[in-house]
Amino acid sequence: MEQATGSGIRKYITAQPLRLALVVAAFLIYPFLVSDYFIDIAFFFGIYALLGLSLNIVLGEVGLFDFGHAGFYAIGAYTTAILNTKFGVPILVLLPLSALAAGLFAYIVCSPVIHLQGDYLLIVTLGLGEIIRLALINNPFDLTGGPNGVFGIDFPSIGPLVVDSSIEYYFLIWILVGLSIVGLLSLQHSRIGRAWNYIREDETAANASGIDSRKYKLLAFVLGAGLAGVAGNVYASKLMCVSPESFTFMESCLMFCIVLIGGMGSIPGVLIGAAFISLFPEIFRPFAMYRMLIFGLAMILMMMFRPGGAWPRKRGAVGLKSLLDDTGRSDA
Amino acid sequence: MHKDRRHSSGEVVLETRNLTKIFGGLVAVNDVDLTVYKGEILSLIGPNGAGKTTVFNMVTGIYHPEKGKVLFKGKDITGRKPHRIISYGIARTFQNIRLFPDMTCLENVMAGRHCRSSAGLLSSIFKTPRQRMEEKNIHETCEKRLAQVNLARLKHELAKNIAYGSQRMLEIARALASEPALLVLDEPSSGLNPRETEDLMAFLKRLIHEDDVTILLIEHDMNMVMGISDWVVVLDGGRKIAEGVPEDVYADPQVIEAYLGKDDEDTDYGASA
Amino acid sequence: MQVILEQLINGLTIGSFYALIALGYTMVYGVLKLINFAHGDFFTFGSYLGYTVLVFGAAFLTAHFGLWGVLSVALLAAAISIAIVGVIVERLAYRPVYKAGRLPAVVSALGASIFIQNAIMVIWGPRFQAYPSELIPNAHLEIYGINISLLQVIILVMSFLLMGVLYFIVQKTTFGAAVRATAHDRKTAALMGININKVIFFVFTLGPALGAITGVMVGMYYRQISFTMGWNYGLKAFTASVLGGIGNIPGAMVGGLILGVLEMLGAAYISAAWKDVFVFIILILVLIFRPTGLLGEKTAEKV
Repeated sequence: MEQATGSGIRKYITAQPLRLALVVAAFLIYPFLVSDYFIDIAFFFGIYALLGLSLNIVLGEVGLFDFGHAGFYAIGAYTTAILNTKFGVPILVLLPLSALAAGLFAYIVCSPVIHLQGDYLLIVTLGLGEIIRLALINNPFDLTGGPNGVFGIDFPSIGPLVVDSSIEYYFLIWILVGLSIVGLLSLQHSRIGRAWNYIREDETAANASGIDSRKYKLLAFVLGAGLAGVAGNVYASKLMCVSPESFTFMESCLMFCIVLIGGMGSIPGVLIGAAFISLFPEIFRPFAMYRMLIFGLAMILMMMFRPGGAWPRKRGAVGLKSLLDDTGRSDA
Repeated sequence: MHKDRRHSSGEVVLETRNLTKIFGGLVAVNDVDLTVYKGEILSLIGPNGAGKTTVFNMVTGIYHPEKGKVLFKGKDITGRKPHRIISYGIARTFQNIRLFPDMTCLENVMAGRHCRSSAGLLSSIFKTPRQRMEEKNIHETCEKRLAQVNLARLKHELAKNIAYGSQRMLEIARALASEPALLVLDEPSSGLNPRETEDLMAFLKRLIHEDDVTILLIEHDMNMVMGISDWVVVLDGGRKIAEGVPEDVYADPQVIEAYLGKDDEDTDYGASA
Repeated sequence: MQVILEQLINGLTIGSFYALIALGYTMVYGVLKLINFAHGDFFTFGSYLGYTVLVFGAAFLTAHFGLWGVLSVALLAAAISIAIVGVIVERLAYRPVYKAGRLPAVVSALGASIFIQNAIMVIWGPRFQAYPSELIPNAHLEIYGINISLLQVIILVMSFLLMGVLYFIVQKTTFGAAVRATAHDRKTAALMGININKVIFFVFTLGPALGAITGVMVGMYYRQISFTMGWNYGLKAFTASVLGGIGNIPGAMVGGLILGVLEMLGAAYISAAWKDVFVFIILILVLIFRPTGLLGEKTAEKV
């Protein structure tokens, strides 16, 4: 068994270089081989990957039932939309701002309810997600454009460099996903990531062992919201418009499924889950009417035969190696 | 301090004064005064339901007492949160083992180290040199603790997969990782066979010297109580009914009565008239 | 004053719908600790079945049983069919997943919900369907100056009757005690000789049946039904069961009724657009100050 000494990423790139290189190469070459339609599909795969990673912090690492995560996604998207269309703030500047807005919102609303257990937290987060969506529809202060939403959102740009093609958006989102993965992997193998997992396993024992569960739960929510806010920013500028129907309870459910189908707390699992959620409807597009029937059935079958997820987290290994090492994938 | 009190240095590590806990209408702990001296092993005994674990829970911050105080090294820690209390220097184990089942033994022990480390969000994400040093340090000290309880070979095993006796020791290792001044153990020998209990007793006696800790424990195993305690406190029905050196307490009629019930020749067990 | 009372009646009517659906959620949750996301779709399915009976069987049934007969047949047919569906779904989608833990069960339930909802769409089409208005009683009554429709009376009477019967079964009969025991601690109940499968059967027939009956009532009350109703009603009903204390059967009834009344009051005195927000805020406030719901018990964790 390898020593879990948590040195830099560099050490582990060298551990399984071929596999990683192949995956990265595939990602780099893909958009040059296919049409815009398929690049866009991969773009939305990236969006779901980012959303899945963001929910994974709350649900996968800490084990908190968050059924309103689409709300944070919406806040990120609408912050971008409103500040850009009404005040001309550049999209790239709005990337961190949207993350901040979503994170701040999460901090404020989750603080009073963070102590709630399991299913009660579930319904409260669900309610919060709905409140956000309904508030957006009702167009308070004439800011959110009601059911039609906000349109006319710019492209991200730095000076003369503008992100306005499918392929550029593809790279933008996947760079963000890549950065997130690196950051989240680091966190997983730090005392913060461990603190999250201790809370998930046994909150009382975690507290008794020195972890302030309230602080770490809130941190998870804030980070998860912030990351979802980033996804919202990119989504908003790609679509050039946002409307409340993109941020329904169903979206929250899909994110939930991404984390679970992939494997709770597992980063490669989230990618698989995101692939399943975003690619499945595409693959079955020819069967349009029966598509969702098959989707629902697939979810049930998945849980029957592989409830641990497609790529469950393997404990004991560290860093990128844990991503690429598939020996002993399921627990004894 | 009682002049017969063995092996005590005179320095008070933990003190409770008038400690009282009421659940609804039930007075679980009633006006309990406890004093623990540095370097000793104090056993808290009494029949089931006497309030022993409740006292522990108040000392470690899980319950707030309705009345009374808990003082640790002279400082009032009454009602502080559990994660604070362990950072002050009191670490505990639980009656029903509470490990982190789907994490490795090493990761379990590292939990205890949390309060002795400080890397924050940014330094963890960016893996600063200071954070990496701290991680290395955490790994090393925790592996030492695992070795101390003879579980080094299991460090990458999931906690749920190891033997019961090992799980008990793992919980102790986790507590020790926080470098406590006071170790609070709730029925550590529960579920252990006689051989394992012997090993535990020897281990605890060594610990007092090697690690400069004080031990407060709840126990039902009388061999263990007699074998390692410097001082024994007896609770019954929430009250302290006796305390002293093990031999004295063992022979105390009040204590016997509390455990066995009143020895009354007139007791009628249902036979008519 | 009259207006307030009329609003109250409206609120109680809607509240009865929520309460009856909430019972399904809370019973399944209590016994299996599973959030049956498909329950809202049982409700929808029942509504559509009732619609089918009314539209295609009306002529035949009216001739033989009269107007009230038709409605009764619709209700009965829906209730029985959906009870069967409930058992099937439990056997096929849930039973195989119990051992995997709570969260996989939630995903499975979501899958079942998506499946049923889309099955309804495939069978009946994506457009709204309308309950035939000629079969629905239209009369209005006036009691002490309060305007109330006959339909509302029927709905309220039926709902309270059903709730009363369920309350009686669960609280006063031996079998009900078995159900409550299973909800409290399934393993121990099994060890004590309680037939868990029977309890599960009870919960998965009665719950969906109540949902189906509610579906038909909603169809009669609002005339229009759609295959996505399940989400909306399901969400509110689930909220109601949490409000009352999840797993608690009287709690689901109380939660549902209160939710309905609150929704009506919110719509009337705040704004129709914000009524749902109002309801959710109340829910969140209740849970902050009473984390286990209105009637829920605080089970102390033994540390």
